[in-house]
Amino acid sequence: MMPKEAETLATEAKMAVRTVRTMRGLGGFAVVTALTFLGLLAITFFIGRVVPIDPVLSVVGDRATQAQYDAARVAMGLDRPLIVQFFDYVWSVMQGDLGRSISTNRPVAEDLLRVFPATLEMATLGILIGIVLGVPAGVWAATRRGEWVDQVMRVFALLGYSVPAFWLGLVGLAFFYAGLGWVAGPGRLDIFYQGLVPARTNVMLIDAALAGDWDVFRNALSHLVLPATILGFFSLAFIARMTRSFMLDQLSQEFVTTARVKGVPEWRVIWVHAFKPIRVPLITVIGLSYAALLEGSVMIETVFSWPGIGNYLTVALLNADMNAVLGATLVIGAVFILINKISDVLYRVLDPRSR
Amino acid sequence: MLTRDWLLDDSPATLMQANLGRAWRMTTALLRNPLAVAGLLIVLLLLATALFAPWIAPESPVGQNLSARLLPPSAAHWMGTDELGRDIFSRVVYGARITLLIVALVAVISAPLGLIIGAVAGYFGGWIDRILMGLTDVFLSLPKLILALAFVAALGPGIENAIIAIAITAWPAYARIARAETLTFRNSEYIQAVRLVGGSHGRIIFRHVLPLCTSSMIVRVTLDMAGIILTAAGLGFLGLGAQPPLPEWGAMISRGRTFILDQWWVATMPGFAIILVSLGFCFLGDGLRDVLDPKQGGEK
Repeated sequence: MMPKEAETLATEAKMAVRTVRTMRGLGGFAVVTALTFLGLLAITFFIGRVVPIDPVLSVVGDRATQAQYDAARVAMGLDRPLIVQFFDYVWSVMQGDLGRSISTNRPVAEDLLRVFPATLEMATLGILIGIVLGVPAGVWAATRRGEWVDQVMRVFALLGYSVPAFWLGLVGLAFFYAGLGWVAGPGRLDIFYQGLVPARTNVMLIDAALAGDWDVFRNALSHLVLPATILGFFSLAFIARMTRSFMLDQLSQEFVTTARVKGVPEWRVIWVHAFKPIRVPLITVIGLSYAALLEGSVMIETVFSWPGIGNYLTVALLNADMNAVLGATLVIGAVFILINKISDVLYRVLDPRSR
Repeated sequence: MLTRDWLLDDSPATLMQANLGRAWRMTTALLRNPLAVAGLLIVLLLLATALFAPWIAPESPVGQNLSARLLPPSAAHWMGTDELGRDIFSRVVYGARITLLIVALVAVISAPLGLIIGAVAGYFGGWIDRILMGLTDVFLSLPKLILALAFVAALGPGIENAIIAIAITAWPAYARIARAETLTFRNSEYIQAVRLVGGSHGRIIFRHVLPLCTSSMIVRVTLDMAGIILTAAGLGFLGLGAQPPLPEWGAMISRGRTFILDQWWVATMPGFAIILVSLGFCFLGDGLRDVLDPKQGGEK
């Protein structure tokens, strides 16, 4: 009885230690993440300061007297030390106050909440396309190393690094929309379908499905499929290349040879023995490419007039609407950092070797 | 044959002989890789095009001819004409100059900056390292394009500001590499020997640390060129980079956007130039990595 109990106790203690260690690791992580966010805020704050436009002048106008100018400057808090202004800025951002956009005349935070689901919808469909096609393609290329499949995949992957996203978007529009008529054109819905379903989530596919309006759903999908596929192509190239290189590492391991010698069928060797260990690093790769997709969507959204955060950012850029530019930069940057850190944490939690 | 033997001598008599021998070995290794040769040719083509643009281009890149608007590709206009009747091929040829200018300036600004920051951080260690690398990590964890966009928004559109913005986003990767390299030989005996002889920190860093980082830097910079070209073209496309009438490839695609459904060539042609040049740098970078920095070995 006793040894058994002691053993259980020991195991429990070990598990407790491990949990504490993981927690400490995660705690350190939270600190690093917080510092990174602070760095992001410092950069957007700094960018906001180097703007050649005088923020006071834009409020009081150039006919104001020096006294009026000074009063406005004090009222806007611009006479205080920079570091105080910075923490003031951090404080207001933490409360969700990103200032007011001069072009939409609404709070930037509100604008961003409205446009973000559209970006999320496109990027998510894009990454799904990237995973569903990229992972098998990478595995296939690894098993046919050096053959034509592998060469084609390699050229494909390099094209993913050298084709401008906006150019591919334009060519896609000319070919599949104007030429073949397979998909719908720019925008999220045809004018005819706009406003038919209530906006609950602002994710058009989900809203249409919730309302049970399948005509709207079909139309939304035919608008979405081309930009999402083009976006997905870039993550596909990256995911396939990484999958291939992970797979090659595994296939040269002795346990794979052993499995083959034992007479395990080839599909089992590949998909069970060799593929299982690479799932964890693949999660990191997918996380990274998802974050990159949010970035890539800026260009694609501009080409497809997709009312997401990327489009919002470029419109704000062209109007020199600094609050909106910095707000959008902040949100995209924050989501980017968050996804990167989450995939990092997931890697640590899932891979026992990294503990 | 005699020269070759001299170059490949196992015990070179002079430093110059050793250096030349090393260069010879690398060049031959690079030339054995067909993709690297293709990349090299493309980059040389870009250089030649930029250099001899006035002789290659049949027409002026900015000369308008309103009676020849939006002509499809033909023998007279290989890539057609744009909405102001300008020959697109001539504009693409002159665009090579702008692209070359952008990548060269970005590399010249960001690579030394990253090198010095990384080498200083790795060499001194301690809190200097922590501060510099903390800063590097913040920049690295931010999306490059978005950051460049925000900087251009603040500085104002234009080609100089686009170059500055891209350089600001490009240095952190180089700092990381330089630091990692520096750490591996910071405590090596030859550095200690220099220190014992009385070499200053500056001398050690510039004369004995930085030269050893250059080969991995060259590889990384070449591989990054494609990304830099794409970012610059992206800024041009959004109207934040080179301003009209400059024949910048991204800006040209942006102009052609309006006609993409009927006059496809206006937007499409400059895109091929971007793809070709980016691919060239990718191929060359891959080949250089295999030769200069085998331990990175991305492809197996």
